[in-house]
Amino acid sequence: MKRPSRPSADLFGAGSAEPTNRPAYTVSELGTALRLAAESVVGQVWIKGEVIGMKTYEAGHWYFTLKDAESQLRCVMWRTYAQRQRLVPVDGVEVYVLGTPTVWTQRGELRINAVALLPTAGVGLQQLALERTRERLTEDGLLDPARKRGLPAFPRGMAVVTSADGVVLHDIVTVARRRWPSVRIILVPAKVQGDDAVDELVRALAIVNRLEGIDLCIVGRGGGGRDDLLAFNAEPVCRAIAAVRVPTISAVGHETDVTLTDLVADLRAPTPSAAAAMALPDRSAVARQVAGLGSRLGSGLRRRIQVLSERLARVSLRARHAVRRRVEAPRRRWERLAASLDALSPLAVLGRGYSVAQLGDGRVVLKREQLPAGTVFSLRVSDGTIKARSE
Amino acid sequence: MSEDPLTQDLKRLEEIVHALEGDEIDLDRALALFEEGVRYLKTAKDRLSDAEARVERVLEDADGVLKLTSFDA
Repeated sequence: MKRPSRPSADLFGAGSAEPTNRPAYTVSELGTALRLAAESVVGQVWIKGEVIGMKTYEAGHWYFTLKDAESQLRCVMWRTYAQRQRLVPVDGVEVYVLGTPTVWTQRGELRINAVALLPTAGVGLQQLALERTRERLTEDGLLDPARKRGLPAFPRGMAVVTSADGVVLHDIVTVARRRWPSVRIILVPAKVQGDDAVDELVRALAIVNRLEGIDLCIVGRGGGGRDDLLAFNAEPVCRAIAAVRVPTISAVGHETDVTLTDLVADLRAPTPSAAAAMALPDRSAVARQVAGLGSRLGSGLRRRIQVLSERLARVSLRARHAVRRRVEAPRRRWERLAASLDALSPLAVLGRGYSVAQLGDGRVVLKREQLPAGTVFSLRVSDGTIKARSE
Repeated sequence: MSEDPLTQDLKRLEEIVHALEGDEIDLDRALALFEEGVRYLKTAKDRLSDAEARVERVLEDADGVLKLTSFDA
């Protein structure tokens, strides 16, 4: 501590064996010196204690005191930090406070400038570790929403990192078979709880990056108690998820807790089944989209021909003959193609097992009298026509 | 990974339909586009009717080689 060098009464030396000539501090000088000492010597620390005298001011700042059996510390948390806390403390609750000791020189009081507050109840220490991991991931930008990647429209290969016992995988496969059966699913087995879980998950996620033909990765487990989810809050697992080169979905089945992997992954799903439903398009919806394009294709061409015919009607009769000859071949080609389009339509009735009987001139057979014995007709089915004769 | 084939098919099909619905093409061009569209329609349909979801399991052997085996889920 550098003190001012101006002549003054030697108050501190008074009564000591070897009086010094140290000049007296002003109140402000000593206050400032103590403040700097408190801030630099101790710095930011976690403090555990019971909250008493909690007051919230209109401006949003919190004032409270932390105490244990023998001591008390006054704390202030400015609005900037207070509004970020997920818990508003009440008197009597035991908490961890992250803060820096300082001296409030105007009042000559020791204060803790608090920036974070967590309950200790039961899970306090775990939560503390989790918050620290979250801080480190945030610092490295891994929780940045701008990093989130979109999912592929029509996934071809999907890696599933989960335990080999099959429950999660079974749920995912069930959804896949219903929604998007063409997808290839690759199980990358890993223990999801217990001592080896972190190492196995990290190794499995590294394997995902070596697989060919994968464009999506689900990391998941079924529901479990809070302790069962530990591996999904582990920093190495979070970093391994961030390093996966395809979009990731975290599906850690638990209703209330959000795990850190949920925050690092590109998408969070409440259950493995929900993850699969998010990842995979619905085949029947896509089929309807394709059918819609098919009918627009047909009507688009029909309209082109109509426009052309109208133009044709406006030109002179002679010119009309000439042009009609040129149009006739393309028109026949169109009729052929239009028929093939109908046969392809996913909504075509023929595809459901019905067929249409047609006479030689194309008229559809509706009544028995149209088909006296020996009449040749054709049956149109989903993939073409069959020649037939009535008996 | 490059864009998947179905997305490409649908994109091209959209372009074709859009062109057909526009006013500035002659009949030959319209027929050619239509023909192309029907082809894309057929491949898109085929892709939608692919077989059952295949499930495999990957394991890394002692030498670090990845082995894929079919897995009964």
